[in-house]
Amino acid sequence: MPVFNQSRSRIIRILFLVTFIVLSAQLFHLQVISREYKKQADINAIFAKRIYPSRGIIFDRRNKPILNNTLMFDLMVTPSEIKAIDTNYFCQLMEIDTAEFKKRVRSAIIKNKSFRPSIFEELLTPQKYARMEENMWRFSNGFFLQPRPVRSYPFDAAAHIIGYINEVDTSIINRSNGFYESGDYAGRTGLEQYYERVLRGQKGTELWIKDNFNRLVGHYQNGIFDTAAVTGRNLRTYIDIDLQQLAEKLLRNKVGAIVAIEPKSGGILAMASAPDYNPNDLTGPSKQKNYSKMLLDVSTPLYNRAIKGQYPAGSTYKPLGALIGLDEGVITPESGYPCRGAYNECTRPVKCLEKFAGHAANLRLAVAHSCNAFFSSTIRKTIDNPKYHNPRIGLTKWKEYCTAFGYGHKLGVDIPNENGGNIPDTTAYDKEYHGSWNSCTMTGGGLGIGQDKMLVTPLQIANGICIVANKGYYYLPHFVRSIDDETTEDTSLVTKFRKKHDVLTHIPDASYEVVINGMQDVTEIGTARGIPKIPGINVCAKTGTAQNKRVLDKKVVELKDHSLFVCFAPREDPKIAIAVIIENGGFGSTWAGPMAYLLIEKYLTDSLRADRQKEVDRIAEANLMPSFLTREQFKADSVRAFEWFRITKDSSYIDKYTYDEPGELQVPGKKAPLPAASKIKLQPMAFIDDKNFKRKNYFTTPS
Amino acid sequence: MSENNPTISKGIDWSLAWIYLLLVLVGITAVFAVTYKEGDPFIQSFLGFKTDYSKQFYFFVASAVIAIFILLTDSKFFTATANLWYAFGIFLLLLVFPFHSSVKGTESIIRFGGFQFQPAEFCKICVCLSLAKYLSRPDTEFVTTKSQLTAAAIVLFPAALTLMQSETGLALVYFSFFIVMYREGLPSTILVVGFSLAVLVVSTLLVEKNMLALFLTIIALLFIYFMRRQIRRRKYILINIGLLWLVCVGVQRFGVPFAFKHVLKLYQVERIYSTVGKEMPREYVTAHQRELVVVQTAKKKDPDYNVKQSKIAIGSGGLAGKGLLRSTQTRYGFVPEQRTDFIFDTIGEGFGFIGSFVLLGVYLLLLFRIITVAERQRSVFSRCYAYGVAAVFFFHLTINIGMTVGLAPVIGIPLPFISYGGTSLLTFTIMLFILIRLDADRHMVLR
Repeated sequence: MPVFNQSRSRIIRILFLVTFIVLSAQLFHLQVISREYKKQADINAIFAKRIYPSRGIIFDRRNKPILNNTLMFDLMVTPSEIKAIDTNYFCQLMEIDTAEFKKRVRSAIIKNKSFRPSIFEELLTPQKYARMEENMWRFSNGFFLQPRPVRSYPFDAAAHIIGYINEVDTSIINRSNGFYESGDYAGRTGLEQYYERVLRGQKGTELWIKDNFNRLVGHYQNGIFDTAAVTGRNLRTYIDIDLQQLAEKLLRNKVGAIVAIEPKSGGILAMASAPDYNPNDLTGPSKQKNYSKMLLDVSTPLYNRAIKGQYPAGSTYKPLGALIGLDEGVITPESGYPCRGAYNECTRPVKCLEKFAGHAANLRLAVAHSCNAFFSSTIRKTIDNPKYHNPRIGLTKWKEYCTAFGYGHKLGVDIPNENGGNIPDTTAYDKEYHGSWNSCTMTGGGLGIGQDKMLVTPLQIANGICIVANKGYYYLPHFVRSIDDETTEDTSLVTKFRKKHDVLTHIPDASYEVVINGMQDVTEIGTARGIPKIPGINVCAKTGTAQNKRVLDKKVVELKDHSLFVCFAPREDPKIAIAVIIENGGFGSTWAGPMAYLLIEKYLTDSLRADRQKEVDRIAEANLMPSFLTREQFKADSVRAFEWFRITKDSSYIDKYTYDEPGELQVPGKKAPLPAASKIKLQPMAFIDDKNFKRKNYFTTPS
Repeated sequence: MSENNPTISKGIDWSLAWIYLLLVLVGITAVFAVTYKEGDPFIQSFLGFKTDYSKQFYFFVASAVIAIFILLTDSKFFTATANLWYAFGIFLLLLVFPFHSSVKGTESIIRFGGFQFQPAEFCKICVCLSLAKYLSRPDTEFVTTKSQLTAAAIVLFPAALTLMQSETGLALVYFSFFIVMYREGLPSTILVVGFSLAVLVVSTLLVEKNMLALFLTIIALLFIYFMRRQIRRRKYILINIGLLWLVCVGVQRFGVPFAFKHVLKLYQVERIYSTVGKEMPREYVTAHQRELVVVQTAKKKDPDYNVKQSKIAIGSGGLAGKGLLRSTQTRYGFVPEQRTDFIFDTIGEGFGFIGSFVLLGVYLLLLFRIITVAERQRSVFSRCYAYGVAAVFFFHLTINIGMTVGLAPVIGIPLPFISYGGTSLLTFTIMLFILIRLDADRHMVLR
């Protein structure tokens, strides 16, 4: 029998050999031919850890850092490692209850698996951090503190200028050519956004080996492929942080803006907008909460009025109007206007605040007393300039001057989202009056006194007055004086700010002198004479009072005038030019003027006299918030609460707006049941005086 | 082995012993590469019996001691006690049922003290011995169907017991003994039929149902056409072809679906489909609805995950490999079960194609050497036993390496001499050294 089946031994050998060949062939395919598996292995096992550079710092003109990088800490949890910890004590330290503790751990497991660290609480407050740091040894099974670099703002100021940083969104990632990854931070407004390329630095990469649970186990190839992070470069600005703080203090409880520029360089010394916010609110643990709250605030604290707010220029336009008239040859320094309280040459009279005879006997006096009639007459003459025989050409010419003064277009300051204001041209009037208009049309509307269709931003007003102070030239207003270790790429960012614009130097200095004399008289004998002088400093100023109309509850309502003030000082060698706008502030010299004076004194003498300090406090405490804001806020909130109720049937928000009148409809400890959502109807309501406004009337149930 | 004892070294096939030593050392190195952590004190951890490579080393020491005892034993002992071994093996297998451990899916393991023992693994030796004993009996006429059925029963009874302990892989190992029977004269028609059945089952997985039925019908018709002359003479051929056709279609239409729905577990069906690279049909999922609920609540895992990761690990080794401790996939736990079933990945990643090819070559050399040894035996018992050893080794390494490179379904069986684990190393050592002992007495006729 063995002999009989001897041949089968060969067959078995062949079977073994064939198997060997098949396995070898597959090995050859996997290991030598295919590249796919090598790539997959790298994806599996190599983790590119980003090393984040610290962002560049922004310094003020005296090299004080107006923001810093600090470390905050995330409390991380690795749920699978939690064991033998005193949960009660932990919760006590973290100020949460055990239910919340369990909820967070559970959500960490759901989001990120139990063996990977997840965030238990983001950006601990300094208090909580101190407590946790001290007790970390108790909770080291499962918890650790992860440092995270964040911005901090030691002066609590300049929020609108600096902007804030936040996580990048998809559109930023897509536009960045692969620079940003999800989870990165980037500047989202202000200087942080404009100079993002300078501040952000260069990310580094460390290649780590990871295991199947994504735990890092060591450097890949001892780190020979790693790249180091390059720190972001610093910005040196013109900002005077003390001046900035003073400006923000003065604007407390007001709506308005202040812009202070150094005329000789165009450097912005201070820029405040109110209402504003503390920049530290948008960093740290409650940034999201604060941000949402600000978004819902109808007084729009996130809105930078200094570059976005568009106001009628009012009388602050008058120095410019005078210069245009002089240069066009339609008036001379000796021109006067027999004003008796109004300009009556057109069908709609333009009222003047001064009535005594001779207040506009010449140009200088007209500026000093801010004579509306004089400037109405001037703009008519400018538009009806006999040189051109056609008001269209006159208006176009006038617009050219305004454009040269920086009005009617975005200036190009180095923070984003600027608005351009508006200077009307022939097309605007053609459209409104179907082509049949004459110089009286806009004069009657108040174009000669900075109203009608003229809208300017506070930044433009300040810049315009810089041109007057400089007698014809200006630099684009900007914040950043220099960038540390400036590269050619950076230079392209800032080069436009270093170019001198000789826009109106063809106007003779004599003309400027006349207007500047007039502006100095404003403070001495004119509209701003009531503001206490600063000893030894000659201030040239112009007050402004602009009409303020607003649509409230579908009706155009005339509200209290905006208070405007524009000035520069010292007259002999202008070092600071300031524009102030206080919404609903009344006369220019009531609020805006005194603020500008305080700022000048602070900037030029580097201190404030003792009695001035009291003045600062008086102004800071004055509440000029327009009363309609409360009502608008109530409307917005209650509409939202109603929407919320409609969607979720959760009446907890709506309750606050429905029955808050004590004694009525209220059973102690029990609220009257709400009608079904479908039965509640929002009913249009007449405009009610705020004082008599009763909240409970807002929602009415049709019976 | 390096013992210079003249009484035991006489007649020993040293080449087998050297190959054995080489493979075991490769195994310890591979386990070391997987489990060594940077900074561990080398000698200490090797001797400390704490780490896996240290344990594997001690398993080797224990195996070597037992191997020496085997070499000191008389060859006649094995022929004389072969049936006793079988009885003992079956007893151990039955012992599992009341005493098995309750740890996840390892119902085939008995624990005593700190040790655990897997009878299904050990029982291979017993079956090998008793099959050899049965086939070498003077009164066994292996041409008779009765003796063939008896031999099959000897092999399949422990296989059935193993299957009942949910060790599909180890149960399948027993089928490798058909190679022994084939060598001893099992008609090749049986193997051809078995092979055809396998082809039919695989094509059932690959080809669409009706398409395959049509295909089978065409083949049947072609046969009828080409054999029309014989058919004219003998009518029963037609009937046979018809019956065969019916069986084939029956298997592909009803047999396979029935097995997949009612016999196999869902994960097994999944694995089989993932091996042939096809999506599992919905009908099997719905048939296993009940299991599925359990599977889903325990979070569904990619059934392919192991094989994918294993292929990535091996593929990333490239031609020359990354070096022993530079491997990323096997060292950082991407491949599951990498000390035991997927140990070959460590070789593949660390030493690349060259290393794996050489290792395969060593195994081939081992198998060929065993066959050479087998064919030079005077006694049928020794020859049958040697073929049994070769068949078991062959099955293990084909399926094991086949599954790591994605050619075989994932069945948890170890790679001989290399995979981590005391029982398997001991079993393979005993098997090999009994062979070496028997071979040393090849001039004797053992009954």
